[in-house]
Amino acid sequence: MVWYIVRRVLQLVPVFLGATLLVYFLVFSLPGDATAAICGERGCTPAVVAGLREQYNLDQPFWIQYLLYLKGVLTFDLGVNFSGRPIATIIAEVFPTTAKLAIMALVIEAVFGIVFGLIAGLRKGRLFDSSVLVVSLIVIAVPIFVLGFLMQFLIGVKLQWTNPTVSGDATVTELLLPAVVLGLVSFAYVLRLTRTSVIENVNADYVRTATAKGLSRRRVVVVHVLRNSLIPVVTFLGADLGALMGGAIVTEGIFNVNGVGNTLYRAVLNGDGPMVVSIVTFLILIFCLANLLVDLLYAWLDPRIRYA
Amino acid sequence: MSTQVIGGTGDTGADLPAPQGPVLEVRNLSVDFGVDKKWVPAAIDLNYEVRAGEVLAIVGESGSGKSASSMSLLGLLPSNSRVTGEVLLNGKSVLTMSAARLRQIRGNDVAVIFQEPMTALNPVYTVGFQIIETLRLHNEISPDEAKQRALRLLQMVELPDPDKAFRSYPHQLSGGQRQRAMIAQSLSCDPKLLIADEPTTALDVTVQAEILDLMRNLRTKLNSAIVLITHDMGVVADLADRIAVMRQGRIVETGTAEQIFRNPQHEYTKALLAAVPHLGQGAGDDDVDITAALAAATHTELQTVDPGELERRAHDVLAQLEEVEQEASHATPGAAPVLELIDVAIEYPKQGRVPAFRAVEDANLTVYPGQVIGLVGESGSGKTTIGRAAVGLLPVAAGSMKVVGTDISGFRPTSKELAKVRRHVGMVFQDPSSSLNPRLPIGESIGEPMYLAGEAKGGELQKRIEALLDQVELPRAYRNRYPHELSGGQKQRVGIARALSLKPKLMVADEPTSALDVSVQAKVLELFQNLQRELGFACLFVTHDLAVVDVLADYICVMQRGRIVEQGARDQILRNPQNPYTQRLLAAVPLPDPEKQRERRELRAKLLATTD
Repeated sequence: MVWYIVRRVLQLVPVFLGATLLVYFLVFSLPGDATAAICGERGCTPAVVAGLREQYNLDQPFWIQYLLYLKGVLTFDLGVNFSGRPIATIIAEVFPTTAKLAIMALVIEAVFGIVFGLIAGLRKGRLFDSSVLVVSLIVIAVPIFVLGFLMQFLIGVKLQWTNPTVSGDATVTELLLPAVVLGLVSFAYVLRLTRTSVIENVNADYVRTATAKGLSRRRVVVVHVLRNSLIPVVTFLGADLGALMGGAIVTEGIFNVNGVGNTLYRAVLNGDGPMVVSIVTFLILIFCLANLLVDLLYAWLDPRIRYA
Repeated sequence: MSTQVIGGTGDTGADLPAPQGPVLEVRNLSVDFGVDKKWVPAAIDLNYEVRAGEVLAIVGESGSGKSASSMSLLGLLPSNSRVTGEVLLNGKSVLTMSAARLRQIRGNDVAVIFQEPMTALNPVYTVGFQIIETLRLHNEISPDEAKQRALRLLQMVELPDPDKAFRSYPHQLSGGQRQRAMIAQSLSCDPKLLIADEPTTALDVTVQAEILDLMRNLRTKLNSAIVLITHDMGVVADLADRIAVMRQGRIVETGTAEQIFRNPQHEYTKALLAAVPHLGQGAGDDDVDITAALAAATHTELQTVDPGELERRAHDVLAQLEEVEQEASHATPGAAPVLELIDVAIEYPKQGRVPAFRAVEDANLTVYPGQVIGLVGESGSGKTTIGRAAVGLLPVAAGSMKVVGTDISGFRPTSKELAKVRRHVGMVFQDPSSSLNPRLPIGESIGEPMYLAGEAKGGELQKRIEALLDQVELPRAYRNRYPHELSGGQKQRVGIARALSLKPKLMVADEPTSALDVSVQAKVLELFQNLQRELGFACLFVTHDLAVVDVLADYICVMQRGRIVEQGARDQILRNPQNPYTQRLLAAVPLPDPEKQRERRELRAKLLATTD
């Protein structure tokens, strides 16, 4: 088990190298002069431009730039962005908000998705099942920004249950609405996945055995059906956790959440290469760790899977 | 609380009061399933009763309603079913009970042993957890006490290491151990009625014999009533006191085991008994008395049989063997072998981190033209592996394997040379439902090998397909049908036709009848035999069922754990088995005859006692 974890962590190294190289290359190939973004409309004197080029290694060829960047990362120095602020500080500032939002969204989609999926699966073909399926189909089909603006308008502006936008403090109550919007699409998938899985398992032989033992319906469902049905759902949730941590650019944009997604979006607009590469690298690492977590959880849920 | 055998009070059933009324009474029980808004009957008007300490076997083929009717006793049927009639458990009506009362009965008064222990036990909980769950549900006991009892139960079902089994997940146990664990769970609350639904069908024959022994012991120990659902007449003969024969939802005949086996009244019962392949009966009329043969080979005396009579019977068996051998010595196979294995080892290649697994080692085997060789062994013995390697589906790791004169041991699975050799080899697979492409009409499935080999095209191909359908006795019009429109037996006929389409010199048949009902199996085997005689191909017939081999094979090859432990002419193996494993294997096959099965059982017990 320990070896398995060590091996998985070591696998992060090539993933890290490949991902940074790719992102670095993409940013490097962006058209236009990077210094133009820093100087803005008024422009800089050639001497300042030359100074900036030297500061950000923009005068070096691609490989040197990349290796210098790697050196920085390995010495825990992500450098500064084009506005001169240390990138590590910025990430440390915005990540907690995104993490809070992601975990809230994950909890919402998991709890509601599993509960609704379980009930729908147990009542296959009945009214509840059909209505839930239709709703989930609508949620999957309608783009997230439509849902986002709609809910912002209805709940935030019309009903005024919460603030339509999130302040700098990003309290839990403020994040509730964005978290619901963020988790909505995944909720529909979790629901459908749970439902299918429950339908498959509820007719399994061991469920009949459990009934034949004299267990109550509730215990049969919770202990015997649910745990087996959760195995595929957990895989999905884990992958989703990685994606949610990556910041929801659209949702954070709609609700003005000062999180990773928004920061990344601004960095891309500004052509802020160092910032983009650092954030993306950070996100990739988070994604890989989330996946590792899922695989361990998976082994705990299903003893037939053993890692060595 | 009921008498606690497990509770350690020392009860063995001997001092229980004599059984009064029947434990289970079934009156006019009917089961229907709602299909497409219509009620389709699964069981019609059943009447039977079971007393304490008695085993009632419900026998029938698939679709006869034997399982559905028994599951209805506990309300275990899916929600699209309807049950009418009356079921009395110790005089109380079960069908009209409240859900809560029914739950108290389930697992406590009535327990079920299911067919496939791998799927009937929850894969994500340990065996111990699942037994304790039942124990604590029906008894008010502490977790510690429950654990002690669960361990005692696991000990009672003779698991080699109860502590380890307790901590194991179902997939960590072997098939037989899993079924023991399942039985331990069923017995946890000393049920008055035990429903065993095909309890040994998924198991190897030696394991089956052990489980049957176990169930017989438990019956006397616990004095419960047992309803045994099975399609296997051998199992019935071994265990049943009374038998109910079911066909298409109705009980067509009931009687004591003696009556049914000695003097069956109903046509269907007679047909069913006749269809059961009977080890030792073989193809002709020369019955081999396996019990006597085994007794002679191992120098065993039997209490139930007079020593003089046994000696006489053994003498007969060996005298016939000499006769057969003399005949055989005249007919020497002159032609070159179609399949020749010399010191062959076969490996499943390594996949990722899973190392290569050597499934067969040091195999020597020769198949001459026109010969049928039965390759028998239990699951995991490597018999299927040899069959697959002969078609080039698995690489040969060592030694040489000659198929129709060509050494294929060095060929890669995709090489052209191998494709050439494959033309001479036909293969029939185990499960006809999954080995035919569901989206191809069966005519195309049959014609594909000929088309690919460039043997026939267009009108000529159609003619050949029709001829093949004739040969396997299917109507020509069937060639436009799809596999799902055919029955299991018909599908396997298509499989045989496909294997025959290139007129192979060698046929590899991998358990071709194990998925079929007995009466269907008998017909398919008969067809196979006729075709073999007519077309004269050599055949490697892989099976776990000794009785099937006995019907078909000229030569028998017994495998155990990847090695061939004994091979020889059919009569040699059946009349004078030398290897202890072969002897044990033969002794484990139940005979569809209660009296002879008693002899066989005693013999097996003695064999096991001496070899241990």
